[in-house]
Amino acid sequence: MIATLEKTGSVQPASAVPIVASLEGVNKNYGEVRALKGVNFRVRAGEVVALLGPNGAGKTTAVKLLLGLLQPNAGKVRVLGGDPTNPENRMRTGAMLQVGRVPETLRVREHIDLFSSYYQNPMPAAAVLSAAGLENLSERKFGDLSGGQRQRVLFALAICGNPDLLFLDEPTVGLDVEARRMLWDQIRQLVGRGKTVLLTTHYLQEADALADRVAVINKGEIIAEGSPAEIKAQTAGKRIRCVTSLPMDVLRGIPGVTEVKEDREAFELHTPQAEPVLRELLARDASLSGLEVSAAGLEEAFLALTQDSSKNGNH
Amino acid sequence: MSTATMALSSTQIQRSPAHTATIYLKEAKYEFLKYLRLRMYTVSVLSFPIMFYVLFGLVLNSNQSIGATRVAAYLIPTYGTFGVIAASLFGTAAGLASDRGLGWLEVKRASPMPPFAYFAAKIATSLVFSTIIVLALFTLGIAFGGVRMPVASFARLLGILAAGSLPFSAMGLALGYFTGPNSAPPTINLIYLPMSFCSGLWIPIMFLPKVVQKIALVLPPYHLSQLALGVVGAGTHESAIAHWEALAAFTMICLGIARIGFQRDQEKMYG
Repeated sequence: MIATLEKTGSVQPASAVPIVASLEGVNKNYGEVRALKGVNFRVRAGEVVALLGPNGAGKTTAVKLLLGLLQPNAGKVRVLGGDPTNPENRMRTGAMLQVGRVPETLRVREHIDLFSSYYQNPMPAAAVLSAAGLENLSERKFGDLSGGQRQRVLFALAICGNPDLLFLDEPTVGLDVEARRMLWDQIRQLVGRGKTVLLTTHYLQEADALADRVAVINKGEIIAEGSPAEIKAQTAGKRIRCVTSLPMDVLRGIPGVTEVKEDREAFELHTPQAEPVLRELLARDASLSGLEVSAAGLEEAFLALTQDSSKNGNH
Repeated sequence: MSTATMALSSTQIQRSPAHTATIYLKEAKYEFLKYLRLRMYTVSVLSFPIMFYVLFGLVLNSNQSIGATRVAAYLIPTYGTFGVIAASLFGTAAGLASDRGLGWLEVKRASPMPPFAYFAAKIATSLVFSTIIVLALFTLGIAFGGVRMPVASFARLLGILAAGSLPFSAMGLALGYFTGPNSAPPTINLIYLPMSFCSGLWIPIMFLPKVVQKIALVLPPYHLSQLALGVVGAGTHESAIAHWEALAAFTMICLGIARIGFQRDQEKMYG
């Protein structure tokens, strides 16, 4: 899959691939709260796009707009060439949303049977069960399932209509590592069958594992867009931890240091490149001790990216 | 009004009538199964009217009469009405408020489900549970209370009470749109328990204070129970037409309120 950087506006082969979902200059307000601010965002046929951002960034709002569950205050929302509330579109889309309560007394098989009946050409029930890894759970009542199993049922309901375009809103939120990996596998299998997928997540790792293209959203604005590798390159870095007598502002002044935090008796420095900063540190403070250097976690790096953008306010 | 019609017509999908019928049937079947397996619902909705009937109609007052009607026969219409109201209100209002408030209705709205299949399923489920309650009362009354009536009268009584689930399903939809998942059940209780009492469903209306008897005239359960009591020869003297008109008017008002809620949700901005 070709990663496109929409912002550069450069003509790429991918532009020949039809756009199946888009937000154009979309504003969405909840009363005083501006959930989305002039968002431009496109999904092309066959792509897997991750909308990555912290809680409250506007990810779910974007998905609900694309599902026609919300109306924008300004801008255009298009899905499969039409209005997202167009019922014909709903035949060709599937959605996995965050749900507080699903009817608990119905069996897995029954939930799938009902949702499949809404569609013209649904997948056979057995295929849905196997695609969602629910073969052995079909007779279980929803209320008796674990968190991971419940998410897989919601996933099954999203795919049972054999849709061309899938919206997965935080598909693995609250799941443990094993359950998350299992759902990833199922999403990957689906992608292998040529579906277009838009997923939202607040795990960079998840976007990296699944997506061709990542759009980072924070406080209602898209702040970065590119392939997972490009996003990671923007956010990669090292973390240096040490006990030093140097004051905070001196540490901040060392070239290459992006962030300094005081952590109990020690300081934590973030930098894209550790070596020059280490040389500088050791040269300036002979008594420096407790030195540790580690790769900044993906999550921290992502946090740095979103915090950075809100500090500079350059969007 | 015209925007409402547009909003509804835009939700039509070209499906064969057979496919549409299948969706409506499945939606209703699973709605029914959902509640049948929900002990909180079956216990509170099914067992209370039956338990009250057994206690007050069969165990305690079995040899007494109210006017010319034996207690065991008199209490079938009143506890029947009580059961129909509970089945209809809890099934629609509590379910709708929970589905709306906790995101399940959004999942359904994002699917190509015909929106009315959802409401039709709730109404049909209320109707079926109402019928079950009334049939249970019939069986107990015939078997243990010596209730004897022509079959046609039983059929009429069942028909009236089952039809009575419609106004209260409408009321349930209206309540479901204006209550939350947690507030719906207490709100229902707060409305339907006093309303049932004042309508003479627990204590026959003539034994209630005069002022309550006056209040009863504006309460829908009073009108439904009077229609039903008419079948066992124990109604008051208003004409049946007036009772039907009152119930029809009440249904329209509730549907109007539910429609406002429906439309508000269509445009709603979920936090």
